Amino acid sequence: MRISFKLNGRLVEADVEPNELLINVLREKFGLTSVKYGCGIGECGACTVLVDGKPVLSCLTLAVDVNGREVTTVEGLAREGGLTPIQRALMEEGAIQCGYCTPGFVMVGEYLYRKGRKYSEEEIRSLIRGNLCRCTGYVNIVKAFKKALG
Amino acid sequence: MKPSTLNTINTHILPRFEYFEPRSLGEALELLDKLGSEARILAGGTDLLVKMKTGALRPRYLINIKRIPGLRYIRVEEGYLRIGALTTWNDLEESPETALFPALLDAVKQMGGLQIRVMATIAGNLCNASPAADSAPPLLVYDAEVVLASVKGVRVVRLEEFFTGPGRTVMRENEMLIEVKVPLRKGSSAFIKLARTSMDLAIASAAVYAEFEGDVVRDVKIALGSVAPRPLRARRAETAVRGLRIGDPSLMDALEVVKEEVSPITDVRSTAWYRREVSKVLVYDALVKSFERAGGVRA
Repeated sequence: MRISFKLNGRLVEADVEPNELLINVLREKFGLTSVKYGCGIGECGACTVLVDGKPVLSCLTLAVDVNGREVTTVEGLAREGGLTPIQRALMEEGAIQCGYCTPGFVMVGEYLYRKGRKYSEEEIRSLIRGNLCRCTGYVNIVKAFKKALG
Repeated sequence: MKPSTLNTINTHILPRFEYFEPRSLGEALELLDKLGSEARILAGGTDLLVKMKTGALRPRYLINIKRIPGLRYIRVEEGYLRIGALTTWNDLEESPETALFPALLDAVKQMGGLQIRVMATIAGNLCNASPAADSAPPLLVYDAEVVLASVKGVRVVRLEEFFTGPGRTVMRENEMLIEVKVPLRKGSSAFIKLARTSMDLAIASAAVYAEFEGDVVRDVKIALGSVAPRPLRARRAETAVRGLRIGDPSLMDALEVVKEEVSPITDVRSTAWYRREVSKVLVYDALVKSFERAGGVRA
């Protein structure tokens, strides 16, 4: 099936099988390796991308489903050279160890930031519960989110 | 799913299937009628695609209903909250109407992570028919109904009669759930979910809808999740607590009957014994929470 969609701001096309997952198309056809494969069953959030501005799991999304939609990955952020507030805060707070979960956190943080409101620590902790980090214990991640969103 | 099977399954790929993307409800129902039991409807995909990856389901045909216009709505109309088939948990989370149904709102806030709530639909949660479905206990205590459509027409089924067992419902092969109807009520309600973490499936959950006169329980409805082969309406418990006072020591005694009404199993999340014991406590806590929400203060 031929699909066309907006990927990180530009219109792209791809030939995909109905059973192809969005994550595989993004990584293999478009080389967007920020999108990480974690659990594959919707527990870890490492594969989070924005579809029409909302955070979805690309490992549980059919590629055909983004036909005509708008997909944003980490590669589509900070295109004018500067980091986004969430990226900067994650760096400044040392909220990254192995980095595998980081793109997922960046995309959730970006979604929350674009909503243009403030979040309490309790809200932040609840909103990132779909993203697992096995290194940091979340303390610095929460600090970073508070810095950018609090 | 069993952890041991996960290690032998490649969750990076999805088995092949024949794919359909109907553009109208009529077209979807025609397809469903023609393809029958080998077809599955794809909406949010958070249950279906996981089951396909782990090999629990291997549908020959997939009917993706997400391109059908007019199935995603939340409306208050003629005394009902009407939820369209493509309405997501996040839609409910962001909709002011949900606050009219506090037990449902409790469930929405506790369900999954943000990404799952953005993707998963309420209708899918019901059709998946897990005994642990978070939407079921609240919708049961509100006496919700589901609207099932097929090429033959539409029928309305009370949610209480919808579930028949784990993963099983009264839906026929050619039917699709197109709407959830929740009657507006004046009473108070609450839902409590007990889980290892809020991301996890419930060990047990309870929803209560109640109307109070002072501190006396009048009309009351009780439902439980994860403690029976299907989401359970606990009618004997309802009869037992009707007319009792909140704060009355006999209230907890009256709820002993909950332990007889449930039929839990032992699994990786909990034991049958614990589920039975905690069911009673969850119902009690949900009843008290409803009372407090109604403005009541315990003596």
